[in-house]
Amino acid sequence: MTVTSLYAILTLTLVGLCAAIILFLVAKKFHIYEDPKIDEVEEALPAANCGGCGYPGCRHFAEACVKSEDLLGLYCPVGGNACMAEVAKILGKEAVEKSPMVAVVRCSGSPEYRPVTNVYDGVPTCVIAHNLYSGDTGCPYGCFGLGDCVAVCKFDAIYIDEKTKLPVVIEEKCTACGACVIACPRNIIELRKIGPKSRRIFVSCVNKDKGAVARKACAVACIGCGLCLKECPFDAITIENNLAYIDFEKCRLCRKCPPVCPTNAIHEVNLPPKPAPKPETKTEEKNKGSESNAA
Amino acid sequence: MRLKTFPQGGIHPDDNKISAHKPIEKLPVPKTISIPISQHIGAPAKPVVQINDQVKTGQLIAKSGGFISANIHSSVSGTIKKLDKVMDVSGYKRDCIVIEVEGDEWNEDIDLSPEIKQDCTLSCDEIKKKIMDAGIVGMGGATFPSHVKLTIPDGKKAEYLLVNGAECEPYLTSDHRLMLEKPEEIIVGIKILMKALNVEKAIVGIESNKMDAIQLLSEKAQEEKAITIQALKLQYPQGGEKQLIKALVNREAPPPPGLPIDVGCVVFNVGTVFAVYEAVQKNKPLVERIVAITGKTLMNPSNFLVRLGTPISTLIEKAGGMPQDRGKIISGGPLMGKAIADTSIPVTKGTSGIVLMPDNESLRKECLTCIRCAKCVSVCPQGLEPYLLMLLGQKQLFSKAEEENVLNCIECGCCSFACPSNRPLLDHIRYAKTTVMNLIRTRKR
Amino acid sequence: MSDRLLKVSLSPHAFSKDSIESLMHGVILALIPAFLASLYFFGIGALKVTVISVLACVFFEYVIQKFILKVKPTISDGSAIITGLLLAFNLPSNLPSGIVIIGAFVAIAIGKMSFGGLGKNPFNPALVGRVFLLISFPVPMTLWPKPIVTRMQLDGVTAATPLAIVKEGLGNGQAFSSLLSQIPSYFDLFIGNVGGCIGEVSALAILIGGIYMLYKKIISWHIPVSMIGTIFVFTGILYQFHPNQYASPLFHILTGGVFLGAIFMATDYVTSPMTRKGMIIFGGGIGVITSLIRIFGAYPEGVSFAILIMNGFVPLINKFCKPKRFGEAK
Repeated sequence: MTVTSLYAILTLTLVGLCAAIILFLVAKKFHIYEDPKIDEVEEALPAANCGGCGYPGCRHFAEACVKSEDLLGLYCPVGGNACMAEVAKILGKEAVEKSPMVAVVRCSGSPEYRPVTNVYDGVPTCVIAHNLYSGDTGCPYGCFGLGDCVAVCKFDAIYIDEKTKLPVVIEEKCTACGACVIACPRNIIELRKIGPKSRRIFVSCVNKDKGAVARKACAVACIGCGLCLKECPFDAITIENNLAYIDFEKCRLCRKCPPVCPTNAIHEVNLPPKPAPKPETKTEEKNKGSESNAA
Repeated sequence: MRLKTFPQGGIHPDDNKISAHKPIEKLPVPKTISIPISQHIGAPAKPVVQINDQVKTGQLIAKSGGFISANIHSSVSGTIKKLDKVMDVSGYKRDCIVIEVEGDEWNEDIDLSPEIKQDCTLSCDEIKKKIMDAGIVGMGGATFPSHVKLTIPDGKKAEYLLVNGAECEPYLTSDHRLMLEKPEEIIVGIKILMKALNVEKAIVGIESNKMDAIQLLSEKAQEEKAITIQALKLQYPQGGEKQLIKALVNREAPPPPGLPIDVGCVVFNVGTVFAVYEAVQKNKPLVERIVAITGKTLMNPSNFLVRLGTPISTLIEKAGGMPQDRGKIISGGPLMGKAIADTSIPVTKGTSGIVLMPDNESLRKECLTCIRCAKCVSVCPQGLEPYLLMLLGQKQLFSKAEEENVLNCIECGCCSFACPSNRPLLDHIRYAKTTVMNLIRTRKR
Repeated sequence: MSDRLLKVSLSPHAFSKDSIESLMHGVILALIPAFLASLYFFGIGALKVTVISVLACVFFEYVIQKFILKVKPTISDGSAIITGLLLAFNLPSNLPSGIVIIGAFVAIAIGKMSFGGLGKNPFNPALVGRVFLLISFPVPMTLWPKPIVTRMQLDGVTAATPLAIVKEGLGNGQAFSSLLSQIPSYFDLFIGNVGGCIGEVSALAILIGGIYMLYKKIISWHIPVSMIGTIFVFTGILYQFHPNQYASPLFHILTGGVFLGAIFMATDYVTSPMTRKGMIIFGGGIGVITSLIRIFGAYPEGVSFAILIMNGFVPLINKFCKPKRFGEAK
């Protein structure tokens, strides 16, 4: 080893040592105190940084949890109840329990039911198409199928079906973060309770036109006829602006409304198909009412 | 005559004025018409008729719905069939009054004689009232209620009346034919408006591809010292309000919420001026207008005098029928007009022309990467940077877009026209504008 | 079925005939006079370097796009061909092929593709390749064959360029007027009968190409005029006061690839400013830096470095040079 290389090694070592000492001193002097609990809570979170909690990232949510008096209004939809229970344990606060939610697409207007009336040649995103006109079908409320919801989902939980040109939510992956709800310019996607055994019933339409107009544009549109409202024993259905809506807090999945809907606009998810009705005699007709309460 | 123009930006598309030599033809009245109750900027009009009412041509059927609104008159005589929602040019279904046509009986007080009435002894306020009663709105396409434009806000003064005869959009020829066939009426209309505005100077701007109209109007206006006919360089968007003011009087109207009146100018389309003449001198409300129906695939590109509410399909039939290659049908010109989804849409006060464009002319090509050639910047007449505004819109940086003056955009389409990478600049800019305006509205609350 | 339906989109519904391809083809046409001049002065060597550079650039772009980035290859838009041509025009005609290929690789892979492809690179790719070669292979890059004499040979008689001769001479204290006899006449400098890189020698050929591009509205006059003008004025002022210590401004603008740089390299869309005011500042900056490098720096030629340095300033220039907003109070 020559003297030059010795000098080089010594100089670099010295420089490195000085840099290390300076960094150490600075780190100590300018250290910002952060409640260690924030780190602990952040560990318990799913680290998706999706914004579904309403905060810009998991760390901010952790901070909010630590800083607030209680956990009311603070909920991580991705982590769910299990995660919030852990956070509560770490902080010694009471956990908030919410029923798990899932994104629901409230439009069934595939080209089979909702005829295409023109060809859209513009920028293929929903917000820009919506900014331009009512759409390439007769329904000014319906889904464009251009996939803004798909683009914004961080969990790969939604995709556009090739045949129906409508979004399909993959229940297992959906974390109910709400990104697709905000992305849709027509408020077609809604967060609803997953329901017992993942069963739920909803009106798959957001068309507010008068019945005849809606029906002309789409064969499975809600025409606001009110038959479902009359049928519901739990007051779960309201009709506003020619559109029926099922309140998921009140719905008991009794399954009385779907069969009476004249356009099949009410959808059941994960419910077994109803058994075919037995051939009826005149006496059995009178007893029909009590039978369908079974489910 | 020296040609004036605006110095910043602009494009030179082929002008394709293939219907320019066709004299105006009266289109026969169809069997049913649908008159939208909102054919103007502002609140929709309120219907004053019921189903089964009998109406005459020129009768009031809907009353102005507010300060910024306009009256609507029946353009036919017949029976009110229904009040229905009919698809209109916006792509949404809007309320319309549907009338079953019977004969063609006009209201008694309307003067249908062809003589030109030169003198107008009405006062300024009386003129404004007549214009308001007649339901006159801007007929260049913007459809702003004219009586509101004539109401000068306190503290501002009008110096010039500028008449827009530029018709800078390719294909459109309705204003050109109007200037060739009704020049004297237009001059009278100008004088009436000058009286209503209390101005001493009026300038008519006409693009240089209409030399016959320039010469004819110059002849007819020779005696009028206050009216000047100015030839303008062939450049789009010469007929844009702000660019026209810059070209004719070298003043720049401020961006929104500023208005042309801030620089002492009031601009009217030449078709509106003619409608003012008919309203004030002949008591005729706005019930019909000239529509150019044109396009390279049409058999007979023509200029028709059309009753409002006539479905566009009637015009296409009369012009030779729908061609095989459908492509796009545009209400307005190819640069700012709206593509319509079906031909049952009715003609309204703002329909200056219908252009049929086959696929090879109008279909969009693949959007490629921005090569930063800055052609969009050099053609923008408002001095904006479209490539940047599109990027900000895509990245959702709307406050930055507001700082970059996205609201100054007049949506002329020069940027998308010029882009060699076929980037849909105007689509994104328009979406950014809508979002920024919503942001401002939320901020104010 | 869909040909019975109408098409709907936002306006405008008419478009100009320009496309990326048509603009690139225009530039390639404008480069033809310079290419023909290079063939006339440097013969086979020029042909070889140009062909290898263009083929290498197109090849690397295709391979990188198809196999590494896995996107649709865009070699048909002509931009890789132009990078190849411009890189070749910045090289001496006797450069070994291997070095040319390395240069093409650096230009395309590092100068263009690593930033995301067309439209995303901050530095002119041909210049990135050229400067890389200049620093890595200084000797082959600075031995220029004599024009015409070496036309039919691949190796031949080499000589230093007029710029090098003048810089050395002035450095030794010789007066500029005495050096004039050692370098070609101004006429020779203008038409290109001088040693140098194959595309930069003939100011005349480049000027013809530049006028064609101005006519077709592919470039605007702002950058070339401001760059050449600034060099002329800067060196002119110095020459005015000390005509023996400095070379004349006419000499400066006709040598060292000033015309090639001003008309083809600095006007590259992707790496130049977006507004006319910005372009003038950009051109002026290049002019100043080139003059400074030539007079006070170690290299006799400074255009490539000056353009690359100013490319780095372009985002800043774009930020501060906005077009005048219509209707805003000044």
